[in-house]
Amino acid sequence: MSLTQPLSRRDFFQLSALAGGGFALGLSLPVRAFAQMPEAPILTPSAFVQIAPDGVITIVARGAEIGQGIRTSLPLLIAEELDADWERVKVEQAHFDEAKFGPQWAGGSMTTPVSWNPMRQVGAAARAVLVQAAANRLKVPVGELTTSKSRVTHAASGRSLTYGELANDAAKLPAPNPTTVKLKDPKEYVLLGKRRPGRDNGAIVTGKPLFAIDVKLPGMLHAVFYKPMVFGARVKTANTDEILKLPGIRYCFVIAGAIQPSAVVPEEPGLSSGVAIVADHWYQAQRARRQLKVEWEMPEHPVPNSEDMEKRAHELAAQPGDVLHAQGDVVKALAGAAKTVEAVYSYPFLAHNTLEPQGATAWFHDGKMEMWTGSQMPGGGRTMVAKALGLAEADVSLHMLRAGGGFGRRLMNENMVEVATIAKQVPAPVKLIWSREDDIVGDCFRAGGTQFLKAGVDSSGALVAWQHRLVTFGEGKKYAPGADIDASEFPSGRIPNFEFASSTQPLWQRTGWLRAPGSNAHAWVVNSFLDELAHAAGIDPLEFQLSVIQREATPGTPAAKLAGTPDWLNGKRLADVLRKVAEVSDWKNRKSGNGHGFGIACHFCHLGYFAEVAEVKVDDSGAIWVEKVWAVGDVGRQLINPSAGEAQVEGSILEGISHMQQEITFEDGQVKQTMLAQQQLLRIRQAPKVEIHWITTDYDPTGLGEPALPPVLPAVANAVFAATGKRIRTLPLARSGFKLA
Amino acid sequence: MSLSLHINKEVHTVDAAPETPLLWVLRDYLGMVGTKFGCGQGACGACTVLLDGRPVRSCLTPVSAVGDQPIVTIEGLSLHGDHPLQKAWDAMDVPQCGYCQAGQIMTAAALLENTPHPTDEDIDSAMSGVLCRCATYVRIRAAIHEAAGQPAAKGGK
Repeated sequence: MSLTQPLSRRDFFQLSALAGGGFALGLSLPVRAFAQMPEAPILTPSAFVQIAPDGVITIVARGAEIGQGIRTSLPLLIAEELDADWERVKVEQAHFDEAKFGPQWAGGSMTTPVSWNPMRQVGAAARAVLVQAAANRLKVPVGELTTSKSRVTHAASGRSLTYGELANDAAKLPAPNPTTVKLKDPKEYVLLGKRRPGRDNGAIVTGKPLFAIDVKLPGMLHAVFYKPMVFGARVKTANTDEILKLPGIRYCFVIAGAIQPSAVVPEEPGLSSGVAIVADHWYQAQRARRQLKVEWEMPEHPVPNSEDMEKRAHELAAQPGDVLHAQGDVVKALAGAAKTVEAVYSYPFLAHNTLEPQGATAWFHDGKMEMWTGSQMPGGGRTMVAKALGLAEADVSLHMLRAGGGFGRRLMNENMVEVATIAKQVPAPVKLIWSREDDIVGDCFRAGGTQFLKAGVDSSGALVAWQHRLVTFGEGKKYAPGADIDASEFPSGRIPNFEFASSTQPLWQRTGWLRAPGSNAHAWVVNSFLDELAHAAGIDPLEFQLSVIQREATPGTPAAKLAGTPDWLNGKRLADVLRKVAEVSDWKNRKSGNGHGFGIACHFCHLGYFAEVAEVKVDDSGAIWVEKVWAVGDVGRQLINPSAGEAQVEGSILEGISHMQQEITFEDGQVKQTMLAQQQLLRIRQAPKVEIHWITTDYDPTGLGEPALPPVLPAVANAVFAATGKRIRTLPLARSGFKLA
Repeated sequence: MSLSLHINKEVHTVDAAPETPLLWVLRDYLGMVGTKFGCGQGACGACTVLLDGRPVRSCLTPVSAVGDQPIVTIEGLSLHGDHPLQKAWDAMDVPQCGYCQAGQIMTAAALLENTPHPTDEDIDSAMSGVLCRCATYVRIRAAIHEAAGQPAAKGGK
């Protein structure tokens, strides 16, 4: 597969599923993204850059903006190499066309790595054409010309021309191959590495229409889609005739749905059954829903019950599992260890809760479907819509709009299929908005899980044995989306006697990817347990962690498969961020106890390295105040826009703390927390101070959407242990006797 | 039911059912989409507008209850987008996805009206009802201080 080809949904999901555990196995995309991309896409600069004779430069932002700042950072990459006057650059959003623009999805913190080279090449190629045009006009060699702020200068003769003055000439010249033009030395950067406010800030703070939910079209109608409370149930009967009599209601019909029952629900389970209500205004449809009387045909298969699943997890742990990786003789090593520690960690299902609920707009006209979406994976959505409605993909066109949060939720796109299905039956554009309850109940949840660990240290305190059982959801080694942990995940490969095995139970319920998938709970388990072992060994947690991280991965283990590539844990980079966070937080001189504590943890995922220290205060009632978090990151040699980059770190850290108090539980297949207030999302009064530092290393820059999130959970949990002597082994905090104040 | 609403110093006439929440009258009937729908349950604050100077949840306010009280939405907070909070929000680069920010700014505007120089505690207390799913809280605090003419606390605030 080449990056020149539009990514298929399947390619991405393989990538995404592996993201938490490093970019493993067969998919070559991320490796290629780092090997200077021998098959780098040759993008046409004119698709991205338009220079008008009046000097206005328009740069197209190709990606899906979900709050990660790429509508600013991608144009910045082009503008830097173009030497454009940033203050006069207009940014325009691309429509969906991956053949023209290359990858337009947002996920896995991959936008930066897959855009770093091609976007700079586009800018450099556009600059080269302008310089050539100036050389022709001024009759001087190209080598005597310099560029700055949208102007070409010939210093020797004191003459200069603006890009606008050269635009018409440049348009007549052949475009150079972007891959052959020279890129700047980072020392020459004028724009990159400086803090810049987001390009949409002005529109955001004045309430301009920006988001998918803000779309307005002439004659547009508004829809709700009422779906079952239990995944996979079907409408048997509905009083659609009565609904049609209500004020403003134009259409009301049953959609049969296409979900095939499956114990392991795939990421694309098919369209849900439900009742569509289409009205002049959304609130009319929403209000009419209260009058809806639906008789449901409940699924014949089992439905999730949280209590049963927890019990079953413990039964499964007592039975043999599927060994995903083993080395040495873990049983013997545990028996011979000076000290052993055993623990069970469990974490809940979580909902995404993007603040803009799921929704999209569709207009079926002239045999074609035109859509407006804030999808993270627009190409996947287009394929799903075309397939569901029997349309050619070319007959489904997409306008990409800003999304009110992504967090992995908008990879799924079922709302696009829903609105397209409704719009195909309605002679007008239709906007679908999910209610908050729809959004929670119909989520593709982060899977909960239970992990059983046993490890041993020798008489010197060295970690010599680690036995790990993941109990998760799936059938055999077929895991529910996002419910797996890669066998190469740390500390795999770094302990001489090691076993990592999994057991699964069927779920019959949707799951999916939540920010830092695979790592957002697993890093808490591993780093909390390491902290337990450090205390058992009587060694400072920092020193204990360093002693394991700095071991080379054993050759032949999954963790060493692609050693030396940026896709795999580089022990030195992880150790360096850990040492640095200890330094900036004055770890050595910090004393914990009496309800005041410090905890430390680190993690590598999504190609980024982060180490974090948390300071907490805990009172006798178990109320926790997270006072401060220090973070040190290493994402390579260059931050494109430090303001947006640090915003991602701040948001990731606070979201990780939020995860610690959230949960979704099921009773007879129904989600119990259907109200937003029950989601326990972090509030400003619970937000700690965050202090961020960076280590610069000579690797191509990588993304910041995710890697800062995982370490904060164990840093906080380890700090609570340091403060109170109580270990948090069950999340949410309330199930361990704690809460965020 | 025909209603006259005083929004951002202009009178708008709408024909809507009396129980329709002010939020949906603004968004769907008047095309003022700066005020956002987050939960419809009064739990997120994304729909906050000023009603007679007080921050209210427009998703739970029936339009018939508004009467002739003046309404200020994000579109009318300032004439040229230059309210000190709007300027501070841009300068401190507060928004991530940006979806909640109208509600944050409207709530902060009411806070500054009553408490021109708020402490961190004042801010936390006034702003805790407004959810930011991206958790831009660190910068929200800093931007409110900035708008109040106080330099934000150093050291990671």
